[in-house]
Amino acid sequence: MHVPDGFIDAPVSVAAGVFAAGAVAVSLRGARRELDERTAPLAGLVAAFIFAVQMLNFPVAAGTSGHLMGGALAAILVGPYTAVLCLAVVLLMQGIFFADGGLTALGVNITVMGVVTVVVAYGLFRLLTGLLPRTRRSATASAFVAALVSVPASAAAFTLLYWIGGTTDIPIGKVFTAMVGVHVLIGIGEAVITALTVGAVLAVRPDLVHGVQGLAAPLKLRVDGELVDAPAATREPEPAAAHRSTRGFWITGLVSALLLAGFVSFYASASPDGLERVAADQGIDEKVEEHGAADSPLADYGVGDIANARLSGGLAGVIGVSATVVVGTGVFWVVRRRKEESAEKTSRDHENV
Amino acid sequence: MGAGHAHKLYRHGHSPVHRLPPHCKLAAVFGFVLVVVSTPREAMWAFGLYAALLAAVAAVARIPAGFLLKRLVIEVPFVAFALLMPFVVPGEQTTVLGVSVSVPGLWGAWNVLAKATLGVAASVLLASTTELRAVLLGLQRLKLPPLLVQIASFMIRYGDVITDEMRRMSIARRSRGFEARGVRQWGVLATSMGALFIRSYERGERVHLAMVSRGYAGTMPVMDEVTADRTQWAYAAALPVLALAVCLLGWTL
Amino acid sequence: MDPVTLSPKDARTAAPSLDVSGLAYAYPDGHQALFGVNLTVGRGERVAVLGPNGAGKTTLVLHLNGILEAGSGSVHVAGLPVAKRNLAEIRRRVGIVFQDPDDQLFMPTVREDVAFGPAASGLRGPELEERVLRALKQVGMEEYVGRPPHHLSFGQRRRVAVATVLAMEPEILVLDEPSSNLDPASRRELADILRSLDVTVLMVTHDLPYALELCPRAVILSEGVVAADGRTQELLCDEELMRAHRLELPFGFDPRSVTVPSP
Repeated sequence: MHVPDGFIDAPVSVAAGVFAAGAVAVSLRGARRELDERTAPLAGLVAAFIFAVQMLNFPVAAGTSGHLMGGALAAILVGPYTAVLCLAVVLLMQGIFFADGGLTALGVNITVMGVVTVVVAYGLFRLLTGLLPRTRRSATASAFVAALVSVPASAAAFTLLYWIGGTTDIPIGKVFTAMVGVHVLIGIGEAVITALTVGAVLAVRPDLVHGVQGLAAPLKLRVDGELVDAPAATREPEPAAAHRSTRGFWITGLVSALLLAGFVSFYASASPDGLERVAADQGIDEKVEEHGAADSPLADYGVGDIANARLSGGLAGVIGVSATVVVGTGVFWVVRRRKEESAEKTSRDHENV
Repeated sequence: MGAGHAHKLYRHGHSPVHRLPPHCKLAAVFGFVLVVVSTPREAMWAFGLYAALLAAVAAVARIPAGFLLKRLVIEVPFVAFALLMPFVVPGEQTTVLGVSVSVPGLWGAWNVLAKATLGVAASVLLASTTELRAVLLGLQRLKLPPLLVQIASFMIRYGDVITDEMRRMSIARRSRGFEARGVRQWGVLATSMGALFIRSYERGERVHLAMVSRGYAGTMPVMDEVTADRTQWAYAAALPVLALAVCLLGWTL
Repeated sequence: MDPVTLSPKDARTAAPSLDVSGLAYAYPDGHQALFGVNLTVGRGERVAVLGPNGAGKTTLVLHLNGILEAGSGSVHVAGLPVAKRNLAEIRRRVGIVFQDPDDQLFMPTVREDVAFGPAASGLRGPELEERVLRALKQVGMEEYVGRPPHHLSFGQRRRVAVATVLAMEPEILVLDEPSSNLDPASRRELADILRSLDVTVLMVTHDLPYALELCPRAVILSEGVVAADGRTQELLCDEELMRAHRLELPFGFDPRSVTVPSP
């Protein structure tokens, strides 16, 4: 998955580098705001965790195995800013020490695997946890969807960069179908692991999951030997009615777009050309896997074949639309988050020693 | 990414390349790769010259060819991708060994293979002649934001500690008869991963406490400054400058 | 001496290394850990803090350098009150060695780690180098100056951790469970080092023989207050006191049979 040198031409690589640098700069400020002087040790340890996680092999079947990429996981656990920093540092180190990902492609890699996965996963996670009831189960489910979408979204972002600055003219539609199709499968693996891991952390230390607040058990007071609920901390009043209507709008829109896209792509990719194409590209990825698995710490996912090319085309469509919707809603949620941030910050400050 | 990997990647030595200040080397490698990527694919001889340049650096650094070649394995996935290009890229067809392939596809494959290989080789040379610690100092010198350097430094320091914890958890799992065979065992693995995250985060908090106890107030004291004199810069610049000359020739010829 | 012209240096020698009085603290979640701790440690003393789990030992330690702020009561280090405005100086004066040396040694090499404290307080150049080497010599680790900490054995890491705070030339050295996870040889080596240091030591430990070996005086912290304060040997021999505070001597160890070198 790491893009090597020579894949994307120099101008686009440089542009991606500038974009990545900007994103990292924003994240540096954001992380400092959230963690203040604890940023360096905490982000460093989380980066080490992400690095370790990428070495943990999840057996898939018949001797193949894959590992987590961790973008969505990091975003949900430590928040988008810290996550971008952690991934950027991991990618930088991998590029320099392991030659994994070209140095000139560093900007592309950080953009595609760091920024896009984190933004998509976090945006979607917050959107879903906002829509669903505030329970652990829905947080886990949201983590699943967020991770599932984040992987093909990053593949789509790569396709976009390739379209602008690819060094070889492979028809872009084909690249998109193949990339996104394959990554939907990878995304499923990523989603399962991310959701399980988030669930595991939620079960033990819900306070450490950045993307979820207010899941901790309410405080109790011991009054005359009996446990009494402590008065709830001041929570921002939720304008329920106004919310519901926008929520309904979003849900309907999202579901119909997904259905439509899935349906249309399912048939669109049934054209002989598309079929051939996807099959050929699965060939690519199969080869990638074999070699990748032999060199496990750096290997990408070992994912089995796509049994049904049509299905993958359909899925690709669904995911493509979701990605677009997510990016579109991103702005809205950024604005919303701003408002929540102050409240969040005070609650986090209490955890600090 | 701890030193566990580091000393596998790093080859201890005292060659002139080892002795060059890390920021000079980083700048040189980066410049070199940028030049390589900007070279027109049609100038095939230019890539041969680049390879010769790298070979010369490897010789000066006394890095054996076998070591270098073994590390090139990292790009195998992309070789596979490149090899497919001639078959999937549309365009003028030609016949190679009785198989019909596309000409632009062949060019594309060559382009990716040549540039990626040179890029990987340059990075490998850098990593095998520069210690982890030195690279961080170099990055700091090259004005990477200090916070980013600190994060990288903590990551390197604790990479091993955390992978060790992961290993111990895996041993604990296996000694209780657990063997991860397929998807059904993911739950257990993910639970350990969750535990690993909590441990990492809590360690981060303890490290912060230890730092604060010794007077940390948000900025790392600068203790090591790597410096380079003009000669060292000149030596380091030799690689990208020669490459640039080749590249310019490639564009004009 | 005229108190008005007393220089800060003289004030330091006059005041005890550590003076804790009436210290009470509750965590933000409401859990109260300290209920009025009184403790004075004179210069050059070595004092063990004993107590069962949950007695508030760690909470007390975190007050000594101002990581936690006293709910009520006060802490003075060599006459200087622990307060926001003095934090930098307080943290230089109080050297805490945490339990896990991996948490303490966070820099890429031993040298940088030992240099961290003095460098944070502004020391640079040859002076810094000299300080680092001296601290490492004190713990017998000067050969390892360029090594990454994770290439050292656990005992060596603990010793370097001690050096990292010695390099700050602290008024008082606070050790949290210094003997935990050490093999007998490393344990003895560390004891030799601690004995050789000319510095006030406060040692939080469950290792009663170690406390007896190193600290002439001990206090028992129990339920957030100092429950007993006296000669270590006498405390350890008081079976009733020991039982009341869940302190148990290791099997076969009789504090009466040990001749403790007089302080």
